[in-house]
Amino acid sequence: MRGGYRARGVRQAGWSRTGLAAVVSFAYFFPVLWIVLTAFKTHNDALATPPKFIFPPTLENFVAVFRRSYIKGFAAVDTGFDLFFFNSIFVSAASVVLALIIGTLAAYGFARFPLRGTDTYLFIILTTRMLPPIVVIIPIFLMLRVTGLSGGYSGVMLLYTAFNLPFAIWMMKSFFDELSADVEDAARVDGSSETRVFLKVSLPQVRAGLAATAVFGLILTWNEFLFALLLTGVSTRTVPVAMAQTIGGDIGGRWGLLAAIETLFLAPVIVVTFLLQHHLLRGVTFGTIKR
Amino acid sequence: MSTISLRRLTKVFGDLVAVNAVDLDVGAGEVVCLLGPSGCGKTTTLRMVAGLETATAGDVLLGGRRVNHLPPRARDVAMVFQFYALYPTLTVGENLAYPLHADRLSASEMSARVARVSTLLDLGGILDRRPRQLSEGEKQRVAVGRAIIRDPSCFLFDEPLSRLDVQLRETMRAQLKEVLQSLHKATVIVTHDQLEALAIADRIAVMRKGVIEQVATPHEVFARPDNLFVASFIGTPQMNFLPAVLIGASDGGVRFRVGAQDATLAVEPSVARLAPGTPVTLGIRPRSLELVPVASARSLAARVDLIEPMGAETLVHLVEGGHELRVVVDHRVRVEVGSRVHVSPRPAQTHVFDAAERRVG
Repeated sequence: MRGGYRARGVRQAGWSRTGLAAVVSFAYFFPVLWIVLTAFKTHNDALATPPKFIFPPTLENFVAVFRRSYIKGFAAVDTGFDLFFFNSIFVSAASVVLALIIGTLAAYGFARFPLRGTDTYLFIILTTRMLPPIVVIIPIFLMLRVTGLSGGYSGVMLLYTAFNLPFAIWMMKSFFDELSADVEDAARVDGSSETRVFLKVSLPQVRAGLAATAVFGLILTWNEFLFALLLTGVSTRTVPVAMAQTIGGDIGGRWGLLAAIETLFLAPVIVVTFLLQHHLLRGVTFGTIKR
Repeated sequence: MSTISLRRLTKVFGDLVAVNAVDLDVGAGEVVCLLGPSGCGKTTTLRMVAGLETATAGDVLLGGRRVNHLPPRARDVAMVFQFYALYPTLTVGENLAYPLHADRLSASEMSARVARVSTLLDLGGILDRRPRQLSEGEKQRVAVGRAIIRDPSCFLFDEPLSRLDVQLRETMRAQLKEVLQSLHKATVIVTHDQLEALAIADRIAVMRKGVIEQVATPHEVFARPDNLFVASFIGTPQMNFLPAVLIGASDGGVRFRVGAQDATLAVEPSVARLAPGTPVTLGIRPRSLELVPVASARSLAARVDLIEPMGAETLVHLVEGGHELRVVVDHRVRVEVGSRVHVSPRPAQTHVFDAAERRVG
């Protein structure tokens, strides 16, 4: 089925355009390819000039990410990345789930029970995403310091939830707006309470929206560097911060190991995006494309 | 007892009075059609009965009990929506069973009810499908099934057949009528399709601009319209309206001046009591007119303007003195465009409306 799909694509676009698209994609993808290839190289291969594209692959870099191990020519190093990966996954997942729960409830409220000035509220919510985060970094740092939330998980988690919320509210509202009000009315007449209408009738209809919103939030949180740098402590550090700190440090010249960390860091985003690509398309177009 | 009563029911949206002091009683087992053009307030009225809109003023009584304050789920009504409003994420079987959850029935009782309704409406083969995999006709049947599964005290239908094509609509109309007769519950059907109303309803309430203009049996609404609006809204082709002036009682009828012609027409005897010189509007249905070979005191002359064959019958458009007159004749009758003909209304089929557009007699 996949082959048939691809063949039809080529037939419609023509070979020249398909070729051009391939060249452009290759240019975009080359850095990623470089990283992934380096992750499988031995230290000598990684440093070889001219760079090697054909080499005997090794998994020693990946093993080294999680295990204190001895790599030829280097002393044994504990990278600590098992903890950093756990931190990244835990912080991202928790803040995305939180943002999704709060955002979905808020969006349903805005969509179904409009208040006087609903549009103004929605606009104000969006304005929090209009300024570059670095502008507010000092007040936020102080706020979290004073409240004692700095350094632990809860501080970054709350912050990421707050960052994801405007987006979640706007996106989920656009999905709720698309639903037929009659269907919900039918459920009311059929004996449902408002809670049941929401849980059994409305929510199942926006599953695609939930998936899309989750992926966007996940990418945003997963890659976030600035606040993580300032607000996480040694034991709550996330991968982007840890990665930056390794450059020039202990791992410094060990490009293979760094590339392996990066490859592992890229993998979840690529896998999740690939799995949910159809929902994502609907998400970025804010539901204007009908399935 | 399953009855629906509306007492001076009113709904105002901003500056718009959508429903204006509507009074209506639907008896147990009675089917009443709310019939009117788009935007006349009929759907809003229905939604107030269901509890989906709050009445601005007036009362909704179900089974004699005032239910204004009750949410839809506590009113024990079932409603079929115009676009069916099936639950898109549930299968047909789950859609049918959905209203039963509120009644906390056992699983076996639920599946027994689903089985009964799916047999009745011939849904057995599609119970596992989702709404988007269904044809319009199937969606319609599922919507009806979901409404009747719970045995509520009354039924509300919003344009139940409007989305079906003509052929399917006729089949479904008959099927719906059969289902409604077997249910024997107070039922309100909203429709803009007079054929649907005439075919299904025990009584028809004709609405215009938020006001009920007439409530009567289909036959009476057709044969004795209360006012010009009802007369013009019911019946196809539309009734002819001729401005006329009453001259006075005459042999076997009342004499009118119509344009430049005089004619004696058989009308309600009470029309003769109007003062001579009273301006009136004569209403004559196209099927109540017949072509006559020669002019008489009871006929009007006119020129043939256009001929529309309609199959078994032919619709002939006549013009005279700036007024148009439509006559339905048998398809075998030959007339020619441009020729002059004489038409005469059949006895007692001329309606007379006064200057206030109300029926006289």
